[in-house]
Amino acid sequence: MSDPLIRVDGLTKSFGEAEAAVTVLKGLTLDIAEGDMVALLGPSGSGKSTLLTILGTLMRPSAGSFQMLGVELGDADDAARTAFRNSHIGFVFQFHHLLPDFTALENVVFPAAARRGRERGEDRQRAAMLLDRVGLSNRRDFLATKLSGGQKQRVAIARALMNQPELVLADEPTGNLDRESAAQVMDLLIEINRSERTTFLISTHDENIAARCKRQIHMVDGRIESA
Amino acid sequence: MFYALKIAFRYLTANRAQTGLLIAGVAVGVFVFVFMSALIGGLAVLLIDRTVGDIAHISITPKARDPYVLSASAGSLVAVQKSTEQRELLRTAAAFRPLLLADPDVAVVAEEITGNGFMVKGQAIEPVLFTGVENDQVSAIADIRGNLIAGSDALSLSTMVIGAGLANTLGLSVGQTVKVRSDRGVELTMTLGGIFRLGIASVDDRAAYVSVRAARVLFDLPEGVTRIDLKLNDLKKALVVADRLGAATGLDVVPWQKSNQQLLDGLSAQARSGDLIKMFALVTIVIGVASALLLSTYRRRPEIGIMRAMGASRGFVITVFVVQGALIGLLGGLIGAGLGWLALSPFPPPEMTAGGGLPVDARLGAYDAAILLTTIGAIVAAILPARAAARIDPVEVIGQ
Ligand SMILES: Nc1ncnc2c1ncn2[C@@H]1O[C@H](COP(=O)(O)OP(=O)(O)OP(=O)(O)O)[C@@H](O)[C@H]1O
Ligand SMILES: [Mg+2]
Repeated sequence: MSDPLIRVDGLTKSFGEAEAAVTVLKGLTLDIAEGDMVALLGPSGSGKSTLLTILGTLMRPSAGSFQMLGVELGDADDAARTAFRNSHIGFVFQFHHLLPDFTALENVVFPAAARRGRERGEDRQRAAMLLDRVGLSNRRDFLATKLSGGQKQRVAIARALMNQPELVLADEPTGNLDRESAAQVMDLLIEINRSERTTFLISTHDENIAARCKRQIHMVDGRIESA
Repeated sequence: MFYALKIAFRYLTANRAQTGLLIAGVAVGVFVFVFMSALIGGLAVLLIDRTVGDIAHISITPKARDPYVLSASAGSLVAVQKSTEQRELLRTAAAFRPLLLADPDVAVVAEEITGNGFMVKGQAIEPVLFTGVENDQVSAIADIRGNLIAGSDALSLSTMVIGAGLANTLGLSVGQTVKVRSDRGVELTMTLGGIFRLGIASVDDRAAYVSVRAARVLFDLPEGVTRIDLKLNDLKKALVVADRLGAATGLDVVPWQKSNQQLLDGLSAQARSGDLIKMFALVTIVIGVASALLLSTYRRRPEIGIMRAMGASRGFVITVFVVQGALIGLLGGLIGAGLGWLALSPFPPPEMTAGGGLPVDARLGAYDAAILLTTIGAIVAAILPARAAARIDPVEVIGQ
């Protein structure tokens, strides 16, 4: 058995100071294997988004350790976390968060171009391929604002895959979509997980979505109840 | 850098009205900068031209002879008096002429015999400063010919040309004869050949040009001259040329700046006030650009957060905003300088400015400095917003 992709040990996150402090994550310990597809379930306020934000290196934990690919990221500085995030982690958010003044293709290319400081032809080719894969080859040059909700979410998925990350974090990726678009998006994620062995961690309130994942983690009040 | 440039450009073109207004504001500041440069520069050109136009750029006189001091014994005080034995004279002026003319910066060489005297008409006696020049050199230094109000500037042994103030006081008109007397007591009767008005009271009221031969008689100087006046091709070089000629000839060589210190002080005070106005124009540009970009960083907070979440470094975000500042500065600078040039070029050169006209000099618009300083200013202005943008926390803007 090889090392897990992610290893979380005693992870704690508190907001605020002293008496006013709220502890949102209360000593989580958790491994996620490479190539897994994990659903993160739990009532509202249980700490799902907070955990994804920390695993995405966008926020530092208050205590505990968090390793990915053998690198300790819990206490890494901003520059190191930014570079790590760019190469190894993709995000899909509930509200797509595309750059509004850019086309679908430009949005997908962004993670590669931001890393190299320029847009390479091969990166644009890969972006076009990814858009093709999410079924949007005919929307390449549309401005992000001119796409439907489901299309935006598929562009966001293509963007998350741009730098071939080992891990994709998705925070309620279908929360904002109708049933049919949600099913399409989920099909896409499962297909990518299968063909690319990209690891997914998906927070959701939808039991149907969770049931389609290989593994379910239940959170309640900042603790893992069952994994 | 290329990619940051692309994003900066996209941000600027995404909101054309706002960017257009911002660039227009910068351009107005640059226009003020260019116009002030041209006006202050033009005023200086005009004042120097009006002041120095009719005087020598360099005057050469013999070295003042120090009186001889006989060896004084210790403990004794010796009072010395300036020598009165000899008048100070350039005996070998003719020898200097080819040397002076060989200097590439020297345009005109005029040997002169100057001296004081009086002009007598009936009961009226007026003090006069005589200048003896070669017959065809009356207009070599001051533009007498261009400022004649009667007669001609041609000299002969018995004709002279005098200032209008002097002619008025004595009630003289061209063709009349008048008695002149030098301070050495020599008296001659001369005919008035021409009257000029330079507009410089000290000259118009006192000056009389006579021929060198008449001057030799009046001042009892069989040989030599008292001074050599020079005009240069470029009057701004007078200090350097004077140093050079002083070293070469061993004479007292005085550039015009030495005798016009007040003018120079005035001009530099004027230049300083011009610089102050230009600085205010730049400060206005910097504040305008900084506030516009700061607003833009607030409006684009979510996007900046997304970029950071996608792995864009802080440096990348800073570059995007600094490049926006640079583009605004460069574009506003080019447009403002271009408009400034268009507005300035119809003006005549300041030397030709008629009374009441603006003495602006389109050549002195400092266009390159305006564009460069504006671009640098706009980049500096962008630093604060850029740093604010780089500090945006992706979690805050992504968090639903
Ligand atoms: N910046 C913060 N400061 C203080 N408290 C915070 C902060 N961010 C989150 N919290 C708190 O942490 C708790 C967990 O929030 P989180 O967003 O992780 O929940 P969630 O499980 O994602 O909920 P939902 O299913 O509604 O998205 C909440 O009680 C929330 O108020
Ligand atoms: Mg949440």
